Amino acid sequence: MRPQFTRLRAAVAMLLALALSLGVVACGSSDDSSSSSEEGSSSGAIVSNSENAKVSLTIGSKNFPEQEILGEIYAQALKAAGYKVKSDLNLGSETVAHQAVKSGAISGYPEYASTALTSFFGIEPEEVPAGATPAYEKAKGEFEKEGLTAFPPTPFASANAVGTTTKFAEKEGLKTISDLEGKSESMSLYGSPECRQRIDCLAGLEKYYGLKFKSFHPVDIGLRYTVLEKGQADLSILFTTDPQLAAEKDKFVILEDDKEVFPAGNVIFVSKKSTVEKAGPDYEKTIVEVQKGLTLEVMQELDARVELEKQTPKQAAAAYLKSAGYVG
Amino acid sequence: MGLSLLNPPLASIQGAIEFIFTPQTSNVTGGKTVGGIDQVIELTLNQLELTVFALALSLLVAMPIGLYLGHRGTGELFATVIGNAGRAIPELALIAFMAALIGVGVLNLTIALAILGIPPLLTNSFVGIHQVDRSAVDAARGMGMTEFEILRKVEIPLAIPTLFAGIRSATIAIVATATIAPIAGVLTLGDFIINQNVYGDNGVLAGAILVALLALTLEFSLATLQRRLTSKGLRLKTA
Repeated sequence: MRPQFTRLRAAVAMLLALALSLGVVACGSSDDSSSSSEEGSSSGAIVSNSENAKVSLTIGSKNFPEQEILGEIYAQALKAAGYKVKSDLNLGSETVAHQAVKSGAISGYPEYASTALTSFFGIEPEEVPAGATPAYEKAKGEFEKEGLTAFPPTPFASANAVGTTTKFAEKEGLKTISDLEGKSESMSLYGSPECRQRIDCLAGLEKYYGLKFKSFHPVDIGLRYTVLEKGQADLSILFTTDPQLAAEKDKFVILEDDKEVFPAGNVIFVSKKSTVEKAGPDYEKTIVEVQKGLTLEVMQELDARVELEKQTPKQAAAAYLKSAGYVG
Repeated sequence: MGLSLLNPPLASIQGAIEFIFTPQTSNVTGGKTVGGIDQVIELTLNQLELTVFALALSLLVAMPIGLYLGHRGTGELFATVIGNAGRAIPELALIAFMAALIGVGVLNLTIALAILGIPPLLTNSFVGIHQVDRSAVDAARGMGMTEFEILRKVEIPLAIPTLFAGIRSATIAIVATATIAPIAGVLTLGDFIINQNVYGDNGVLAGAILVALLALTLEFSLATLQRRLTSKGLRLKTA
């Protein structure tokens, strides 16, 4: 009886501690927002403008950690600039987010230029411009036809990639995706369910590289490293910004996309034109300013905080804004 | 002119039906068509296969325990606690947990889905057998039947309606939940629902319609089977 009792008490104590710390965090963050709107001008690079308090914004994102971190960064920066900001992260796939911004359900969300071009505007992956600026210009032009405005791109770019364990790559002599020719028939590939039919994923590997795999297995995006670690997958579709690639360099590798089937995409923030006009000049200024520090290394570091260290996207975003000097 | 294309209305029943029978174009596939009756059949069969595996496993685990405990008339607490606690397990968490344990694929999903089927089977087999009129059981015992004969010839036939209610709820729970299998390695009809950006809104609606149809079909077939298996005497009583 006794040991159970103590265990129960310990559990209750832990719950209490948790509740307390949550309370502290909640107090802390509400203090933050009120202080940043008053003193933001003196302590951080983002200046709070009382004019902006009239404007309510809802920032969205797609449904994976990197997107949620980006959504939080934009939302917190805009809040620091004095806007009334809500966030509606984890919206689902790009089609859902795209519809949401067009319908006005959200004010804006971050999208990869390459995804926008292939998924929304039917452009073949090989025709997606390689450079960040031309890709952005092209996407911007297409978005404009829909009444949407795209702000300039982030420094970092993300792309799909075929990844595997270093061990497997060495054993099979794989450096590029072309090296898979003649070998892929005996290899299993794992990727998100949508990957199977996407031209910037399995469909592209089949079409442009002429590869056939022993099997393709759909898995949740969150399992992309688990299946490699468990030895279930020979190959798995990864992202070039994955923190695992930086943190565990000797464990995982990505194969070079020598035929450029997976276009790299810098992130562009997409909003409705009317939203941009209503929100005033600080809207674009804040967004462009706050993403300046988002290099590949920084993005990997932020992804690592969330995916490996299990911080919330909110915490990771707040840490970024603070350490980069955007808020005091 | 492009406006209606760019801003498509939400899915329509007509569009969903078209999607089921005829392959459609998609923005993201680089020209390959998606949907159509061939893919529908393939995914439906996958979902059925997974359902059969999971149901078989949960029957294998839950039935003997439920029947035994019901016959003995003991372990009511066990049967109901497992039954109720089992219903509270979040399926997604279970799949993720098993993925880390045994990886993804048919085996993972079979076990995860079977766990969903065990509670109703266990509870209903226990209650079904337990509630059989004790005088009938005593009469059978008085006639010299062995315990196993009593279970097989008296208790199970009398408990058929309750047993089948358990099997039917287990089946519905499993077949409906098998929809999320595409996140763990098996392509079922959920593929249409999860991948809205590949299949479009009509594909999502088509997926939902197909899952509902599949569940209803199974429900009606099991109801028919139940009617066949119920003894004439009981059928009259309920009629």
